[in-house]
Amino acid sequence: MFKIVKRKEMAKGTVVLNEIEAPLIAAKAKPGQFVILKANEAGERIPLTMADTNPEKGTITIIFMVVGKSTALFATLKEGDAYMDVIGPLGAPTHIEKLGKVVCVGGGTGVAVLHPITRALKQAGNEVTCIIGARNKELLILEDEMRAASHDLRVCTDDGSYGHHGFVTDVLKAVLTENKDMKLAVAIGPVPMMKACSAVTKEFGVKTMVSLNPIMVDGTGMCGGCRVSVGGKTKFACVDGPEFDGHEVDFDELTLRLRAYTEQEKESYTCYRK
Amino acid sequence: MAEKEKSEKIPRQKMPEQEPAVRARNFNEVPLGLSPEAAIMEAGRCLQCKKPACVEGCPVGVDIPAFINRIREGDFPGAIQKIWERNSLPAVCGRVCPQEMQCEGKCIVGKKDAPVAIGNLERFAADYERANRKAVKPSKGASTGKKVAVVGSGPSGLTVAGDLILKGHDVTIFEAFHRPGGVLVYGIPEFRLPKEIVFSEVDGLDAMGARVELNTVVGRSVTIEELFAQGYDAIYLGVGAGLPVFMGIPGENFAGVFSANEYLTRTNLMKAYRFPEYDTPVIKGKNVVTVGGGNVAMDAARTALRLGAENSYIVYRRSKNELPARAAEVHHAEEEGVNFRLLTNPTRFFGDDKGRVIGMEALKMELGEPDASGRRSPVAVKGSEFRIDCDLVIIAIGAGANPLLTKSTEGLALNKRGYIVADQATGKTSRKAVWAGGDIVTGSATVILAMGAGRVAANSMHDYLTLGW
Repeated sequence: MFKIVKRKEMAKGTVVLNEIEAPLIAAKAKPGQFVILKANEAGERIPLTMADTNPEKGTITIIFMVVGKSTALFATLKEGDAYMDVIGPLGAPTHIEKLGKVVCVGGGTGVAVLHPITRALKQAGNEVTCIIGARNKELLILEDEMRAASHDLRVCTDDGSYGHHGFVTDVLKAVLTENKDMKLAVAIGPVPMMKACSAVTKEFGVKTMVSLNPIMVDGTGMCGGCRVSVGGKTKFACVDGPEFDGHEVDFDELTLRLRAYTEQEKESYTCYRK
Repeated sequence: MAEKEKSEKIPRQKMPEQEPAVRARNFNEVPLGLSPEAAIMEAGRCLQCKKPACVEGCPVGVDIPAFINRIREGDFPGAIQKIWERNSLPAVCGRVCPQEMQCEGKCIVGKKDAPVAIGNLERFAADYERANRKAVKPSKGASTGKKVAVVGSGPSGLTVAGDLILKGHDVTIFEAFHRPGGVLVYGIPEFRLPKEIVFSEVDGLDAMGARVELNTVVGRSVTIEELFAQGYDAIYLGVGAGLPVFMGIPGENFAGVFSANEYLTRTNLMKAYRFPEYDTPVIKGKNVVTVGGGNVAMDAARTALRLGAENSYIVYRRSKNELPARAAEVHHAEEEGVNFRLLTNPTRFFGDDKGRVIGMEALKMELGEPDASGRRSPVAVKGSEFRIDCDLVIIAIGAGANPLLTKSTEGLALNKRGYIVADQATGKTSRKAVWAGGDIVTGSATVILAMGAGRVAANSMHDYLTLGW
């Protein structure tokens, strides 16, 4: 059993942080890697990229948004409760090197995944500009942490309730216009956001890395459920990723594959709320 | 003479089964098991050969005449104890071994009559014991102080663990999934091998003192180097093949096209057949195409029926004679109404505007000359394209070598297909103190072959741990 030592609501009822006791994973995990969590016997295996790890304390941190039955169930777990199964670290770690100027773009709970990567890029000596966004001020997470992890932080909200009124792509365009010597972009968030960011960076010729979260079962390359087309080739996000070149990813196919269980997910969530 | 006549009069005892029309719609086990009376009757058909050919046919060398004799005498606990001497997974083997090619294939009775139902008797002894708990379990041997790591809790890993714990070594099994059993729990369906039986056999090892570390992906959670650093003296790699093979044809990434691994894992291990009581969903097709002709394909096609398919097709590019599946599995599938579209090869899949599969295009095939594997190779009939409408496709054309562990381990020789090179007689790999066996060495094969490889490796590991490399 994997005990929750800290629970925090980042946005009321919708975005939740869990710090979980998992000493072996905490000792081993690197930025960009994920875990698979299963709440109880009947639960689904849900992949989530780690937002943080604390090897001394032996804990890992995940941040998730409630979107269906499984995440709703995760959100009901209190401090002291436990996940039945946590598997990891899985996936290839982010390749971190000193490149010069880099820009990190995070949307929604993607900011949680972006945080350790940004921190590692800054530690490696890069000059890091960060753009984080959310639908509204309520849903914006980790602002202070991201400020600390970067040299320059820009904030935006879709509804203008905080920071720049507009999408992260607007700000990204401005940042890339200001900085012609940007070496790398990292974009992590909902698929439409990553797709739009990749389109912007392509115009500017800036290499872009995205972190994908397709439907997955085992996370070890065994089931092939998480396959994505990258540069015309089929890749498994669990072992070949989760990070890929955003200019090569077939986001439209990914979007369609992510919708494979829409009806079942609704049915499951409806049953659960009853 | 009179006695001989009498023995010929006993027919092979029929295994009672659920009716095809009923079982095709439930996940309960198909064969119901022999009654004690039938088991004793069947055991009476054994000639108790002095040089038993059946034992030669058994990859783990179970003393078959001895256990059958005990069943004949009504000593059921004695029978299971005899089997346990050589086989720690009898309830599994009695169900999924290809007996017709192994023990029963060599049975002398089988020369003139139906062979003794060795598999059914093994299953009977194991099931009787699970229900009655009368036999004395084998216990851990006197401690040798040596630590062994077994990577993978499928049939080969469990065999190694069972053998080495009997010999007194300290055994830890590492499993990537949240449940032990490997292919026995994620791949083989409930109706052919109930999970409860696998867990019970793993519990038996646990009771003897083997530790099982679940949720541990060796290669990611911990490496081989780290296991040695933690004080393990020897390591067995039994991780299975574990890489789904796709056909590489257009449309394979449409939603609704699954690898057999994914489809079976969702349904079996994650219990999607009980969705939404269990949270993991699976797509329930009305018209389901399973591509492939092996046991896995039969399992998938039969599972699709149980999940409510109106039509469940097996699409295979050769003819019925070349089907790699066991005859009994093909027969079960036919009885349940699986529709065999033989000499048919898919060329592409069609999808709708939502990216979901809605059909398959295939070519008719005819058989040419035998290929390298000895099977007659299929040749496409020009212009024979036709379409099968389907809303679910399961690709079951075999598995490749999963590189996760082998890539993260230095000095491990692999063949050109990525499988681990291991000595057939010992299971030794190119790395000192590392053995391997099962599908990660041979490619996709059977449960009993993986167990046989485990047995060979366990003996070699014991020699190493007591005598040196």
